[in-house]
Amino acid sequence: MLVELGHFALVLALVLILLQGSLPVIGALRGRDSWMAMAGPLVWLQFALLLLAWLVLEWAFVSHDFSVLYVAMHSSLDLPLQYRISAAWGGHEGSMLLWVLTLSAWSVAVARFGRHLPLPFFALSLGVMGWVSAGLLGFTLFTSNPFERLLPAPLDGSDLNPLLQDPGMIFHPPLLYMGYVGFAVTFAFAIAALIQGRLAPEWARWCRPWAVTSWAFLTLGIALGSWWAYYELGWGGWWFWDPVENASLMPWLTGTALIHSLSVSDKRGGFRIWTLMLAIITFALTILGAFLVRSGVITSVHAFATDPSRGSFILALLAITLIGSLALYAWRAPKVGLGPSFAPLSRESMLLVNNVLLVVACATVLLGTLYPLALDVLGMAKLSVGPPYFELVFTPIMLPLLLLMGIGPMLRWGKHEGAMLWRSVWWMALVAVVLGLLWPLSMGGWGWLRALTLVLAAWIILSVASDIISRLRRGLSLPAARLGMHLAHLGVGVFVAAVAMVMSFEIEQDLRMAPGQSVEVAGYQFHFNALRRVDGPNYIAQQGSFMVTHNGRTLTELLPEKRIYDQSEMPMTQAALHRGLMRDLYVSLGEPLSLDSDEWIVRIYYKPYMTWMWAGCLLMALGGLIAIADRRYRRRREALA
Amino acid sequence: MPMRAIPLLVALLLLALLWIGLGLNPRELPSPLIGKPTPSFSLPLLQGEGQFTDSSLQGQVSVLNVWASWCSTCRSEHRHLKTLQAAGLAVYGLNYRDEPDEAQHYLRQLGNPYRMVGWDGDGRVGIEWGVYATPETFIIDRHGIVRFKHIGPINQQIVDERILPLVQQLEAES
Repeated sequence: MLVELGHFALVLALVLILLQGSLPVIGALRGRDSWMAMAGPLVWLQFALLLLAWLVLEWAFVSHDFSVLYVAMHSSLDLPLQYRISAAWGGHEGSMLLWVLTLSAWSVAVARFGRHLPLPFFALSLGVMGWVSAGLLGFTLFTSNPFERLLPAPLDGSDLNPLLQDPGMIFHPPLLYMGYVGFAVTFAFAIAALIQGRLAPEWARWCRPWAVTSWAFLTLGIALGSWWAYYELGWGGWWFWDPVENASLMPWLTGTALIHSLSVSDKRGGFRIWTLMLAIITFALTILGAFLVRSGVITSVHAFATDPSRGSFILALLAITLIGSLALYAWRAPKVGLGPSFAPLSRESMLLVNNVLLVVACATVLLGTLYPLALDVLGMAKLSVGPPYFELVFTPIMLPLLLLMGIGPMLRWGKHEGAMLWRSVWWMALVAVVLGLLWPLSMGGWGWLRALTLVLAAWIILSVASDIISRLRRGLSLPAARLGMHLAHLGVGVFVAAVAMVMSFEIEQDLRMAPGQSVEVAGYQFHFNALRRVDGPNYIAQQGSFMVTHNGRTLTELLPEKRIYDQSEMPMTQAALHRGLMRDLYVSLGEPLSLDSDEWIVRIYYKPYMTWMWAGCLLMALGGLIAIADRRYRRRREALA
Repeated sequence: MPMRAIPLLVALLLLALLWIGLGLNPRELPSPLIGKPTPSFSLPLLQGEGQFTDSSLQGQVSVLNVWASWCSTCRSEHRHLKTLQAAGLAVYGLNYRDEPDEAQHYLRQLGNPYRMVGWDGDGRVGIEWGVYATPETFIIDRHGIVRFKHIGPINQQIVDERILPLVQQLEAES
């Protein structure tokens, strides 16, 4: 009964969303204030209904209602409570509902914090968000209904995919969706401006907090997914250039370009049409991502269960998004000036290069992701594009970006004197080169690419530190926006250093080991104590015990597991890690070599600087969240309130 | 106007690509063997004296499963092979790159669903069959023509929806 209530709430929400997508829009076009004013209340109502539906779905999981097909497919009696709760978004149907709910929450945020916007623009924006919601909710209801019944109900469910029974997986999808749907706001603002046929001078400032918030969440979501893959898949890798990962990386790249280009549009009134285009592309890439992940068009390690009707539906959504918005763009893109002119050495020119590089990087990822599909469509070959391609083309695009990241924030708008720049950076360049060249030696190795990368990482970190210090010393204020930018850039520097280190100096050993044996990896002794059987709530595991010692001192006991889950009979590797500031030690159990002996394949990895990688991502996201707290965005609101 | 329409044209091309792509199945790795006679081979039996050859696969619809004792996924699909055996199918095994002792122990422990198991210690015959990951399962019709190949473990769904219907259809063919 409750389940039908949830289903009904979804249908009713769709009706309200259709009203949200039509009444305020008609009101804006006809100039009727009362119609436009309906946008806010409609958004709140549809959010309440979607929240109700979501709680019903959660209740079905918590109370083991296996008469719901989705629950029966993704839960079981033995599944612990926290995973029953997260299982609600552990499959295709529920994750779509979460997506729609998150979008609705963002619409509410726009309704709440966007009251200072001119009413027609406000109504149009929420109307466009209504179209997006209608598309996604329609998709959920018509092809992926999470409330579908399964009668007669089975006695037990078939359990959540063991890979998803992990704390990292609880938070990864919600954060990722927060990022994805946030770009629906900037998209809606762009489309609203195109419908009106004019870009208000404040348009970029309206967009900025939304774009930066979405970007910060997307950063966190991607990092959390990578963090999960690192220890959960048992291979010790952190990025695989898998199509699904690429699907989230592409909007991140254009989103990064967008927040930078927005700063030019906001501060100088330049790049405005380009910014509009980026807002459209970034959103379209999130829908393209949904298509790639959920249609089965591309093989991937974590594609959802697929169904052709779903693929056609999302493709239709993508087609409407792209054709509609790009046709609107071709027809209505307002004629605005290019903004004030700028010299080759200026902050604008740096941001222009930043945008070009980021968009090219995104294009190479798109190319690598779709190339196998294109060849298959042309009937030429079946192949897959792997990390070597991406690393080869991605690195040369990223290196100049890192170089410019150190200079850009120091430059003035309009024109900067070359001599002045040189005076403020020559010592930094010198220190960065010396530091970067010496840095790899601390690991006992050397290589040109890694040294160059580390020089650039040191360069970014130094430039951030020097700007903050010199501002404080001169008694200048450090607004939140600037501090946030610096933190994010610092995060990039730290992240890049970690990537260079881990890619050059990681040690990966696949060994045959039996209990009682010891091995030394990177100066650490690993002693395989024993192997024992451990019974989990819904799995049985073989647990190895490894004592790790370093210079005669015992560091820790690592307990990697090989689990077999009861329902799916799926073997799962649970790696054990000892994390440290400068390195992770990573042990995972491979396969038993034979049934009679107790020898196992054991993987022992030494991964330098992994903590830096996660810290770098956190800094980037934190920087974004600090930047939106800047007074400039608030003053605007107070002034107009 | 024409300049501004360029993004639209690019988007249309992309959509066309995705639209055609939707009709293809990326998981279906075509095996060049499908529709062709089985490669000829001759292997010693894993258990007992004699040879397992391509002619063993002729005269009835048969299932050939490639497995090894070191392959944990093979272990998880094993019960489905027993289901196939119980359904009266002729299931044959190709023991791929394995130690005979361990393979025999594996069958003693889990039960033996195979009519015959050929021992392919160096993996040569596996190469002829285009094996690239264990387990793999082939269906061969009574004339010795390969009709189906599945890479990875079989499960109940594949047994019910692909294997059993295909076997019935092949048995119905003269």
